[in-house]
Amino acid sequence: MKLDIRLNGAPKTYYIKDDEYLLDVLRNNGITSVKRSCDTSSCAMCTVLVDGKPVLSCSFLAARAQGKSVTTVDGIQKEADAFFKAMNQEGAIQCGYCDTALAVTVYAMVQELGADLTDDEIRHYINGNVCRCSGYVSQMRAIKTYLGGLK
Amino acid sequence: MSSAVGKSVPKKDGEGIIKGKPVYTNDMAKRDPDALTVRVLRSPHAYARIKSVDVSAAKAMEGVATVMTHLDKDIPHNIYTRAGQGFPEPSPYDKFILDEFVRYVGDEVLAVAAVDERTAQAALDSVKVEYDVLEPVLDFEKAEGHKSVIHTEPEACELFPIGFEPKKNLAASYFCEDGDTDGEMKKSDIVVEDTFYTQAQAHYCAETHTCYTYMDGYDRLNVISSTQVPHHIRRIISKALDFDRSRIRVHKPKVGGGYGGKQQIHGEMFACITTLRTGKPAICNYSRKEVFESTFARHQMKITVKIGANKDGSINALDMDVLSNTGAYGEHALTVFMLAGGKTLPLYAVQGRSKAVKFGGKVVYTNMTPGGAYRGYGAMQGNFALESAMDMLAEKVGVSPAKIREMNMIKEGQTSPLFKLMGEGTEGKAMNVESCKLEYCMKRAKEMAGWNDECQVTELGNGKVRAQGMAIAMQGSGIVDIDMASAALKLNDDGFFNLTIGATEIGQGSDTAMSQIAADVLNMDSSRIVVYSSDTDLTPFDPGAYASKTTYVTGNAVIKTAKAMKAKIEAKAAAIWKVEAKEVEFDGKMVKSSDGKNSITIEDLGSNLYYDMGLGALKGQLMACESFTPSVSPPPYMAAIVDITIDKVTGHYDINDYIGVIDCGGLINPALVKVQGEGGLVQGIGMACYEDVAYSDKGQMLTNSLFNYKVPARKEVPKITVEFAESYDPTGPYGAKSIGEIGIDTPMAAIANAIYAATGVRIKDLPLFPEKVLMGMKK
Repeated sequence: MKLDIRLNGAPKTYYIKDDEYLLDVLRNNGITSVKRSCDTSSCAMCTVLVDGKPVLSCSFLAARAQGKSVTTVDGIQKEADAFFKAMNQEGAIQCGYCDTALAVTVYAMVQELGADLTDDEIRHYINGNVCRCSGYVSQMRAIKTYLGGLK
Repeated sequence: MSSAVGKSVPKKDGEGIIKGKPVYTNDMAKRDPDALTVRVLRSPHAYARIKSVDVSAAKAMEGVATVMTHLDKDIPHNIYTRAGQGFPEPSPYDKFILDEFVRYVGDEVLAVAAVDERTAQAALDSVKVEYDVLEPVLDFEKAEGHKSVIHTEPEACELFPIGFEPKKNLAASYFCEDGDTDGEMKKSDIVVEDTFYTQAQAHYCAETHTCYTYMDGYDRLNVISSTQVPHHIRRIISKALDFDRSRIRVHKPKVGGGYGGKQQIHGEMFACITTLRTGKPAICNYSRKEVFESTFARHQMKITVKIGANKDGSINALDMDVLSNTGAYGEHALTVFMLAGGKTLPLYAVQGRSKAVKFGGKVVYTNMTPGGAYRGYGAMQGNFALESAMDMLAEKVGVSPAKIREMNMIKEGQTSPLFKLMGEGTEGKAMNVESCKLEYCMKRAKEMAGWNDECQVTELGNGKVRAQGMAIAMQGSGIVDIDMASAALKLNDDGFFNLTIGATEIGQGSDTAMSQIAADVLNMDSSRIVVYSSDTDLTPFDPGAYASKTTYVTGNAVIKTAKAMKAKIEAKAAAIWKVEAKEVEFDGKMVKSSDGKNSITIEDLGSNLYYDMGLGALKGQLMACESFTPSVSPPPYMAAIVDITIDKVTGHYDINDYIGVIDCGGLINPALVKVQGEGGLVQGIGMACYEDVAYSDKGQMLTNSLFNYKVPARKEVPKITVEFAESYDPTGPYGAKSIGEIGIDTPMAAIANAIYAATGVRIKDLPLFPEKVLMGMKK
């Protein structure tokens, strides 16, 4: 079937199988910033934004994105630059495999809730974003630095 | 000095990674439309002999490129070990690429390669296999001498004596003793003895194991792999496949997590065979289920600890006996088991103070997912047993948990007889502890936690109790005499350098840290050092990222290399200026002669050595390459205190704060060191509280996805507080010791000790599930 989406602002047409997930459509078409990890919608490393809201692309049928806007980290390179830098300054980018998804989720959080957030509110929004390297606290320090810069 | 060392320089590859550049193995393979997809058919039985395989339908299927079975004559039947260790490996050779026997649920039956994932899966679905199902060994305490023998193949062997007795299902065994331990126990006023169980733990690397292979224009086999050990992978592939080592290149791009889980070979063999057979590129990208069931997990252990002490609490003798479960194959079997004692008992088995120590035990085969390398590597299993027993001793003596440790723990300048007795699979080497700030670590951890020696419990009302527990730990820094790491530096035009290292950056930041070290010796900014690592064609040898070695072993090699480069720069300028080399000094910016007559910037010197016609034959490439082999393995140390709130009605507890004060020597990059410590702690908390690899009574792993295997999420570990002791090891690069593993060692015992303080329930089998607390309180 034919799939028309806006990918990071640009119109794209893909010819997909009915049962293909958005993650596979993106990765098979060169959008490899979106990562596969758990296979069971449990780790959030495949997160992309569909119409601005975080979704797990590994279990989101690509057909559901028809006519919608899809954002990956490639689409927020300028907007999230201060977040990238804050993460790197903290040493929070370890293996880094979960970080593209964390970046789009933090970006969506700010769009949705603003930058004036408590630690608990931040943790609640991104609790599904699993990271096995960082111990999470360095990510938290980086997020707070980033949010502080937005206020 | 430029102080490149000691600064939290951002990781060189950090921004590229978070911006989503295609830097992982699968990202690269996705850009190769010709790559065949390799899938493996896995055993549904815990132990069986393959009676027959019918792959005719798969072979006839359109889009199927090749099918690999144990009957194929072109697949060598060489016995080998998948463990990525130095050669000769201390792991038994007990694995064929494909075999007539399958020894656990998830073992490899056969493999196919096809044009895409769907075709490969359809091909696997079409295969018919008949099994002769055998009785599996699923209880590791009954494995030794079980009537089912797991390794009957006559080729299975050990490369040197490791206590390998396959007929008894023993992969390895070992014993050592200093002094008369049993005699000292008898003489002791107080003896504590108990048995502890540690479970298997899954690594959960974010990136599943992935390998991408292709033949290049020189007809050489290129292997791009998510591995921690590229040089070992080249050696293992070459030997197992009887393929000329000079025709193999192994390269590691960015790796999505290792923790030991990628210190062995997995899908590489099938991707290599596919490419060699078809001439086409191939990709073998494990599913998450495959990673859980069919790679490796932490070795499950039963550990009996006995401590003999005088009335005042001073320790006379220590005894640790271990039974370790290596699963179906013996990868890392001996070494992980030995380090359960080797990286814990020296905390208290101090020469001239305690009188005797012994360590021994066995590693058994079972029909379960193989054990393998995992951060902590035996030390964390041993730590749970020993540090739980230390609290039990404190209670019997009538002193606080802090006091019992403070009076017995090893101190700077002291040594342990175990350093000489136990190496990694071999004898060790005597070593004085040149740096040990455990006393400071304890003092500072107590300050930070508000520790009270008299009482570690506060009643909060409503059945809730707040409590603290502690543990201390040690690790090593590389493997004495076995490890060898090397580095090369090349001066370019415009005066920047290439640093090439075999050291394996897997996220821990070694590329950046090694650049900082080179830059510091050369007195430059680390941005002038272009780093490239882990490519068997292009970088010098390094064993890889394991055994807490990179900062210490490779770091020392980088210092030697940078010093050699500085000398070469000075010698070259001296030759150009016709002065003595000792009269020339390179200060990081300028090369100058001491008489003040000659000077040149490093930028110009670099360019002139390439292009200045006037230099004639003095033009030339400056390169330096040096290696380092450690003769000691200085342990990092740590003191940890956990603060929990426990609900006595339900047994549920929350971690309020986990405080760790670490002595890892000098800090090359403080931010990266800190995150290594914090990340290790949270993996240890996972092992302590949540993670439990479980099996059905038929040997099927029940915890083969994140649905039923729980790793910590961030709400569960809201606060982790890590600090560092000021410390300097004279043998370390800039005084540094290791940081990679020490963080993971303490949580099991510290949290168990806090639970005991709060409830009087001593949990001796991990994980520390709330229901165990509750059941304990009801007894």
